[in-house]
Amino acid sequence: MNPQGERWTAEQVLALAPDAASRKAGAKLAAPGPWSAAGARTTGDAGAVWGECAGSGSKPYRTVVDLSGHGGGPGFHCSCPSRKFPCKHALGLLLLWTEGEDAVPASGAEPPAWAGEWLERRRQRAERAAEPPTPADGPAAVDTEAARRRSERRAQRIAAGATELEQRLTDLLRGGLAAADGGSYGPWEETAARMVDAQAPGLAARVRELASVTGSGADRAARLLEECALLHTLNQGYLHLDRLPEALAATVRTRVGITSDAAALLASAAPVRDLWLVLAQQDSDDGRLITRKIWLHGRSTGRTALLLSYGAGGRAPELSLPTGLALDADIAYYPAARPLRAVLGTRHAAPAPSPEAPAGGDAAAALRAYGEALRDDPWLEAWPAIVSAVTPVPGPEQGWQLADAHGGSALPVDPRCGDRMGLWRLAAISGGSPVTVFGECGHRGFTPLTTWAPEPVAL
Amino acid sequence: MISTWDELVTAALLGTERRTPPTRPRPGQDAAAALLDAAALRTVQRRAGLLPVAARELPEAAPEDPRPSLPPAARRRLELLLADRAGPGGGAGRRGSAPDLLELLPQWLAAANGHGYRAPAALLPALLDAARARSDLRPQALVLAGPRALWLARLNPQWKYALRGGPAPAPGTRPSDVGAVQRVWQEGLFSERVALLSSVRRHDPAGARELLATTWPRERAEDRLMFLDSLREELSLADEPFLEQALSDRSRNVRATAAELLSALPGSALAARMAERARSCVGLDRTGADAPRIAVEAPHECDGGMQRDGIVAKPPSGRGERSWWLSQLVEATPLDTWCERFGVTGAAEAVALPVADGWQPDLHAAWCRAAVRQRDGEWSRALLGPATSPPAPEGSSWRDPAKLLSALPPAERAEWVAEFIATHGLSEAFRLLGVCAVPWAEPLGRAVVDALDIARDAGSYPWSFSGVMGLAERCLDPAEADRLEVLTALPDDPEDGTGAPGAVGYWAEAFQRLVGTLRLRATMRAELAG
Repeated sequence: MNPQGERWTAEQVLALAPDAASRKAGAKLAAPGPWSAAGARTTGDAGAVWGECAGSGSKPYRTVVDLSGHGGGPGFHCSCPSRKFPCKHALGLLLLWTEGEDAVPASGAEPPAWAGEWLERRRQRAERAAEPPTPADGPAAVDTEAARRRSERRAQRIAAGATELEQRLTDLLRGGLAAADGGSYGPWEETAARMVDAQAPGLAARVRELASVTGSGADRAARLLEECALLHTLNQGYLHLDRLPEALAATVRTRVGITSDAAALLASAAPVRDLWLVLAQQDSDDGRLITRKIWLHGRSTGRTALLLSYGAGGRAPELSLPTGLALDADIAYYPAARPLRAVLGTRHAAPAPSPEAPAGGDAAAALRAYGEALRDDPWLEAWPAIVSAVTPVPGPEQGWQLADAHGGSALPVDPRCGDRMGLWRLAAISGGSPVTVFGECGHRGFTPLTTWAPEPVAL
Repeated sequence: MISTWDELVTAALLGTERRTPPTRPRPGQDAAAALLDAAALRTVQRRAGLLPVAARELPEAAPEDPRPSLPPAARRRLELLLADRAGPGGGAGRRGSAPDLLELLPQWLAAANGHGYRAPAALLPALLDAARARSDLRPQALVLAGPRALWLARLNPQWKYALRGGPAPAPGTRPSDVGAVQRVWQEGLFSERVALLSSVRRHDPAGARELLATTWPRERAEDRLMFLDSLREELSLADEPFLEQALSDRSRNVRATAAELLSALPGSALAARMAERARSCVGLDRTGADAPRIAVEAPHECDGGMQRDGIVAKPPSGRGERSWWLSQLVEATPLDTWCERFGVTGAAEAVALPVADGWQPDLHAAWCRAAVRQRDGEWSRALLGPATSPPAPEGSSWRDPAKLLSALPPAERAEWVAEFIATHGLSEAFRLLGVCAVPWAEPLGRAVVDALDIARDAGSYPWSFSGVMGLAERCLDPAEADRLEVLTALPDDPEDGTGAPGAVGYWAEAFQRLVGTLRLRATMRAELAG
């Protein structure tokens, strides 16, 4: 990530940790005590850090990290039996390395044989992968034909699923939400499973949302009706895809759960090159999968982009772009009526720190931007926004607000943010004075993700 | 047909079979689908038309904190230390070879405060949470956190503790600012006033006493007691008139504290009165055939004068009242009195004198308390005796070496404890180590490490020494790390089968943690120096 030979920051290292426990364990190992023969090579684009860590056994663990980014990100190797990836030894070693020359000298020396061999194997693998596959007409053509048939079959399955779901929704509305009130969770779970069978994971997720709508009386009914209505619109959109404009059809496909291939997208879509500032990076973990969202803001285009990266089985998502870096790169937006999600293409230069906050608007502008985005994509829950000069108003009881410096208006903070640490961090940084905040603005309120103090701080 | 959202919700609740919805279906469309269409339109309409809400009252601006911010490396260190506060690996079991970061937080905070830094605003919530969970962190954490943390604490009920007795005076009051001092003293909360008084006392002892005198008669008894206690710092003979006056206080506890403070001033009139009384009870008996002995005649009554001077008349249960009164008299008597009384030249000679009729434990115990109270190095030294003499058996000890040590200069303290450990090992050393200055002076550090090394060779498990090991991690001079490196090597298990199984491995691990922690402390110190 830093081919110029710069050491990373501790934040960059900690962002690689697959979970909080690894983060903690890694931080503990970031001390010179257990390490021996630690060294680093930061020359050219073949950066690496290595070291031996004394554990409870008689043999020390051998840990090596490839910083060069062959194959999309840093690579880790450790002789310990941990199934976490990267393991605490790799994290501890990197953290120690961030502390500077005294902790881990970067003499430019060659790594020991055990580390050098692994690094070389990794480099060769990356080179092989970079070579274009040899074209072979026959099988490829068959593949294309087979793929077309597969996608047709899937489209039919989804259409059947959407029709069934429509039936379910209209039945519900005929009998009334009041009648379906008690014990409605089970049937919805079953419907969600049917949607998974129909290969429409997007529909399945929305059905599960329906089951989770809670609250009492009229309020619950209102929210159920909203969700049912939007789901109904999505079904109708899918069932009449041929009558939709191409961009909206793409949005509907995505929302139903048909993913497009990132590599194919990069090969076909027109790239947008810009100096992309990383506005925020946030992980969510559902126990099986870590989803990392990275929001980018283009300096010249002024556009926002969202990159997604996943890590399964205890691995951290591969892509890590710490907040506050700017990278000169191509991105390709997934086709959509309101493009936001994108995939990172060619990077033209190494990321460089760019700590200033981009210019933003006031509370009304953030809501307006969300409203305008809804015109293209009515299913949008929220839209990214930078608000300048807002003062956080803590409200453990009445709910938090971000108040405009002038005019007495405010954005309510999404109540699902609760009373969490990030909001208090925002309040502490603000100290009652206006700050710039990046976040997502939606119909439930604003979710703060980053503020600037003056360097960016994740919330 | 235009219908309101509420009408749509009502229709949805009841069901289109029961009530015709206020929507008009397209040809061929059923009523339920038409209702969903209309609801979708309304939903998106409402979401797209959202407007800002009216802002509630803004919080007032946090006070400025002019202190310099932490160097970047130190800031990251604090972040790591705070991230570790959830507890070291569940607490139970072996501690492994990695440093215990949480245990280093107190000294990191003290060092950062020594440099006069302020905490980064973004870390204030984590710092406040950490200090909420551990009250021993509070004083240092709140100093580092500064006025902005108090501002924040007023907004979050969970951090209310920070507003109760913080060590820092109310933001903006410097002892030199007379107006502000007066205002806080007259109007402040109790905790603010206690903090203010001790901070003024440090800069201007007489000023603090005068400040206290302005409101003294109006204070509640328990407040008078706390305020009086803050005069303990910087105590001098100039405080005597005020304390003498407090001897007639309405509250018994205030009287006792005033007497105790006066007796710590060997030149005070109270000390002279005590000396007078003590002289009549304790003398030298030269009549016998043997060497002269100290003869004791304990007081027969506790008169009004004695009680006014702080002598408590009623003994604790199980204690004779005459010996109780004697102890208190001797404890409050200037130690100089005795050399003159016995005609000896120094404390050592006085302590060596035999005592008649079994009064020795009472007399020496009272002298110990007097030596600690009067911070008398010579008497403390004499009462401690050489470090090589056997420690008093548990329970019977009237000597409290840890307390006596605290009256000695730091270097001497370290030397005494080093010698004690070299002679007696580590098992009795924990409390003594606790009163030694950090980082440990070189002879002390060596003695502890040697003793640990000996314990290892003796084949015991390291966790029998985990208390001392933990202290060593926090208190050894980081410069010792290189010398300790050799102990971290993993030798083979002793072939003769002596020693506990696997102990050598655990010891290597424990020493690795020790060295690692020392190195980390050196790094932390360098980071704070910037």
